Amino acid sequence: MTTVAESFPLPERRGTAGRLSDFFWRHPHVLLAILLGPPLIWLGIVYLGSLFALLLQSFFSIDDFSGLINYEFTLATYRQLLSEANLDIIIRTVAMAALVTLASAVIVFPIAYYAARYARGKGKALFYLAVMLPLWSSYLVKVYAWKLILAKEGILTWFLAKLNLLWLLDAWLALPIVGGSSLSISYTGTFIVFVYVWMPFMILPIQAALERVPANLIEASSDLGGTPAQTFRHVIFPLALPGIVAGSIFTFSLTLGDYIIPQIIGSSRLFIGQAVYAQQGTAGNVPLAAAFTVVPIVIMGAYLWMAKRMGAFDAL
Amino acid sequence: MTAVLFDNVSRHFGAVRAVDRVKLSIAEGEFFAMLGPSGSGKTTCLRLMAGFEQPTSGHIEIFGETAEGVPPYRRSVNTVFQDYALFPHLSILDNVAYGLMVRGIGREERRKAAEDALAMVKLPGYGERRPGQLSGGQRQRVALARALVNKPKVLLLDEPLGALDLKLREQMQEELKSLQQSLGITFVFVTHDQGEALSMADRLAVFNEGRIQQLGTPEEVYNRPKTRFVADFVGSANVLPVDLCRRLGLKASFASLRPEAVAIAPASNGALSLSGTVASRSFLGATNRIVVNVDGARIAVASPAANAVPAIGSPVTLSFAATDLHPMEDA
Repeated sequence: MTTVAESFPLPERRGTAGRLSDFFWRHPHVLLAILLGPPLIWLGIVYLGSLFALLLQSFFSIDDFSGLINYEFTLATYRQLLSEANLDIIIRTVAMAALVTLASAVIVFPIAYYAARYARGKGKALFYLAVMLPLWSSYLVKVYAWKLILAKEGILTWFLAKLNLLWLLDAWLALPIVGGSSLSISYTGTFIVFVYVWMPFMILPIQAALERVPANLIEASSDLGGTPAQTFRHVIFPLALPGIVAGSIFTFSLTLGDYIIPQIIGSSRLFIGQAVYAQQGTAGNVPLAAAFTVVPIVIMGAYLWMAKRMGAFDAL
Repeated sequence: MTAVLFDNVSRHFGAVRAVDRVKLSIAEGEFFAMLGPSGSGKTTCLRLMAGFEQPTSGHIEIFGETAEGVPPYRRSVNTVFQDYALFPHLSILDNVAYGLMVRGIGREERRKAAEDALAMVKLPGYGERRPGQLSGGQRQRVALARALVNKPKVLLLDEPLGALDLKLREQMQEELKSLQQSLGITFVFVTHDQGEALSMADRLAVFNEGRIQQLGTPEEVYNRPKTRFVADFVGSANVLPVDLCRRLGLKASFASLRPEAVAIAPASNGALSLSGTVASRSFLGATNRIVVNVDGARIAVASPAANAVPAIGSPVTLSFAATDLHPMEDA
């Protein structure tokens, strides 16, 4: 007869904590409800509620004489939103946001691709550090630093002068719309700073999406006769699309809502964020400010619907 | 004509010699298996043929053309990947038609070719589905159709049956074999399953530590293993150590002896014999595997299930014909 060795003692059920953990083990839904309840209440009431209040505001109007809000449902504010001056602000902002998004995606893709496919160990750590590092310093400090870099007496002009390329800068600044008397007070300057500031929000989702693309799919495409360009077009890009869409939601909506960068760097023409700021503050026209904020919501909704139609989320 | 030629090919990853001075030549229309444990270099050899790896030294030819420096998309070689590598964002039909699409074949023509290929692998009408909606066995067939639709000169299969259950695996083995015979395409098949390699291949190469241990027909490799590694890996033959070889009058230091060539019976005339005690026994269905301890060496015997099974510890006499004892290299 062999004797069975004595087994190690099981953890004892000690006191309330022990009873509680056993109870949660038997009723996992209770634990889930406790964990998810508070954030869901927060999202439902505080976030969605205020969003709804905002939407509601946009259907009120302001009395031109008294400056008081007239609490009657009307589309007058939206008519005001679509006036030429306001439409100009919307188009300017949306065009800028679209360009910033596109430029970020194009600049970032090769970096994200390298980080996802080739960087290992220390190289990868360095990549994350490099992407996150700009986020460690204050947003305002970065924007003012860029103002100095882009100013007429700034380092960029000095550097181009040293390279005898000042004529190139002058030619660019002489162009209509994108030009101006210096980079720091032109749309080009606004664009450069927007791209710089929001780029990290584009690079991380794309890198994450590319990391999830199995290496053997790229080999399979190549094996089946796909040249690197075809492999990119038919395999890598479609599979990275959810990441690009996610990143572009960040860059696009952040640019749509920003009111500091265009105020510090660029021409004095307004962007949506500045218009909202002015309308709800000095002008006291809360309904119009609300109507302005509806624009990004509508655009983002339409954008996501289009992305879904294009099959951006098919591989999710 | 020679389909694939390896002339002293090596592939090193740093200090690791994944493939070490491999020489082989695969004939056109042959079903060639590369067999070995994981890390033996067989998959790297396959990747060298596909073009995913470049040799560190040596020379590779595919149908007489130098393969070094030729990218995968310029080789008339297609691969069935181990985990199939189907494109998750494309329908089954678009997956199968992918090779034709990148070659610029028209939509209608490639649709028809892809449907024919799906019918060939017994998946007609599955074109509209997505890879995620198919079972492992079905995905395996899609991967096969996707490779064959391009009419490659050489088809490479990287452990294609590894993820399938036993029943499905046996069925696919037969289908692959008959497909290869009807198409006449050269198949190069990587596996770690010796039964699979022996039953399917016309010829096979046994790999270990980056080198080919033995190259030959299944019968040759099974019956006359050249090295101790092959004897052990292919069908677990007994390896008789030096002292037993001496006692049986052999010059070589090691010899192989197949378990089914040994009988538990007194030696009749002309036969060799050894005696020992039964160490263990296990029932394998058609046979009993009886391990006999002969002076410290353990010799397995495959005894027909109809024969009586001796008790553990009882003394027995083993007999076998002298011709079943094969001297081996000392590797």
